Amino acid sequence: MTLKNDAIGKEWPASTYQVGREKIREYATALGIENPVHFDLEAARAAGFRDVVAPPMFCVVYALPAMAPAVLDPEVGINFATMVHGGQDFEWGEPACSGDEITTTPKCTEIYEKEGKGFYVFESNSVNHDGEQVLRGVWTNIVRGV
Amino acid sequence: MADLEVGDQVQELRVTPDKYLPHRYAGASGDFNPIHIDAEFAKAVGLPGNILHGLYSMGLVARANATALAGGDPRALKRLSVQFRGMGLPEQEIAVSGTVKSVEGDRVVVDTVAAQGENQIIRNAEAELRIK
Repeated sequence: MTLKNDAIGKEWPASTYQVGREKIREYATALGIENPVHFDLEAARAAGFRDVVAPPMFCVVYALPAMAPAVLDPEVGINFATMVHGGQDFEWGEPACSGDEITTTPKCTEIYEKEGKGFYVFESNSVNHDGEQVLRGVWTNIVRGV
Repeated sequence: MADLEVGDQVQELRVTPDKYLPHRYAGASGDFNPIHIDAEFAKAVGLPGNILHGLYSMGLVARANATALAGGDPRALKRLSVQFRGMGLPEQEIAVSGTVKSVEGDRVVVDTVAAQGENQIIRNAEAELRIK
């Protein structure tokens, strides 16, 4: 069976997320991360950050709202009943701090079939309010039995 | 950290996520997929019970490398690439272990695995850090 691949190259509207201190604290606590730069303004400033700074993997918090419409788009056609998150790549630029407004743009880059599985690959590009690169992501979803 | 060599083992991280960790992570991350927070739903779709978020386990891989190699500095991790394989379950200890794969100047690449017993929940994870 040939996989529907019309969505390759499709981009979705950018989505902007405002980073806040309490959300950073909540994320760091869930992950058991204890460095005070994620909790305390003075500690963050002493370490050279403009405000409380997010751990790198906080990127999922600001990028997920942008990625959801892409992954859920019927034109992409993912069968969610048999979908698994297959792989994830992140490349970080500027750290994300409380007060930042981070804008993420998703794009579908690949849809292909391999060994009876469908691979759906999305890229995301995130920049902060100063236009600095914060994150590039590659999100791979795998659908069994296509 | 200048003494790092290829083949060195990175300080292991061991964490046992409690029963309600997936709920706290769902709230923290915004990912409320019921396979992570509803055991009945998870079983109805063929899973052993509610499973950990893959991105939570990836977060532990990031934490382990940043803590072991950069004193937890959030600027150190420059790249992290993982493949999700076996499912992670709450109330079982996760061991994150790593081996230095390459060292070039201030850039260190670490091969990392996250496992619950024999079950590797993240493998082929490659973390690149900039070490001061």
